[in-house]
Amino acid sequence: MSDTIILHVARYRPEIETEPTFQEYQTPCRKDWVVLDALNYIKDKVDGTLSYRWSCRMGICGSCGMTVNGEPKLTCAAFLTDYAPGPVRVEPLRNFPIVRDLVIEMSDFMRKLVQVKPWLIRAEEKPLSEGEYLQTPEELDEYKQFSMCINCMLCYAACPVYGLEPHFIGPAALALAQRYNLDSRDQGGRERMELLSDHTGIWGCTFVGECTKACPKSVDPAAAIQRYKLKAALEWFKSFLMPRGTS
Amino acid sequence: MAKKSLEPFLWTLFSAGGVLAALLIPIHLFLFGLAVPLGWAHPSYEHLLSLLRHPATQGYFFVLCTLALFHSAHRFRYTLYDGLQIKHLNEVINVLCYGGAIVGSVWTVYLLWRIP
Repeated sequence: MSDTIILHVARYRPEIETEPTFQEYQTPCRKDWVVLDALNYIKDKVDGTLSYRWSCRMGICGSCGMTVNGEPKLTCAAFLTDYAPGPVRVEPLRNFPIVRDLVIEMSDFMRKLVQVKPWLIRAEEKPLSEGEYLQTPEELDEYKQFSMCINCMLCYAACPVYGLEPHFIGPAALALAQRYNLDSRDQGGRERMELLSDHTGIWGCTFVGECTKACPKSVDPAAAIQRYKLKAALEWFKSFLMPRGTS
Repeated sequence: MAKKSLEPFLWTLFSAGGVLAALLIPIHLFLFGLAVPLGWAHPSYEHLLSLLRHPATQGYFFVLCTLALFHSAHRFRYTLYDGLQIKHLNEVINVLCYGGAIVGSVWTVYLLWRIP
């Protein structure tokens, strides 16, 4: 195997160009190097003007999501040797506006994240002196999988519906809402339902399933959305049977 | 409170149709596409006809065909929306897709009713 690899990196410098272009870099291809290591090598040794986001290097922070050879990936988990002999095409995440080079504008996602109220909602908070809200391991298992999301936005980049319908709340935010809906300590299901059962919420999802394929933490947002669709459909039927509400 | 749009109802038909079609149609394909033509099973015409005359069988075929039609209508609607990106024609698409499923369901009833 060659000890170097070619990277075609998307560049977009709004002050000098109107469209993104590609720039070719040659970097070492070490067995233990991921795409992010190659980008750091470029930034440190070759071209300090390259811009991209990263932080933890261990699949926790969710900052280094990019499109690698056409697929949304965490670049800290994309080994260069898997793309050998190259070249490797590195682009910003799809479906988002580009700020600069590999940096995308994420305020739409951040806004949607807050909209679904991803926190424990209680009808009435009990006083601290009564202790914590206890939960059995079975109750934890109900939502644990959906709580593993690191907000890396790979699912938004993979979702063709989000690409076409920018108003769609999107996989991660919907899965996170379901994470709280399924939490035995939460009582905010009804509060979230109006937003979630809107056409920009779960009904916007056409179950393509690319979000689940792209998720680096095996969260399975598609399953969260389909489960919530069933619940919302049952509520819909109930609203006809019991139009005055079900307490 | 869920919104009073028809989407949850249409999705229920889509979902139920998908599950039933995925579970049951392969059995029909196996029986009448492989087992009977290859001579692994030898049901007589009279036997199949009497089975088809039974109200339970007719109810089964009505449910299977109707739900499968609504499943395909829903899927086709979104394929046209997103695949061809003609969502602005949504009213025409909805009438064609679900109207087609309704016509197909009526046709199913007619065929079942016509069984001698």
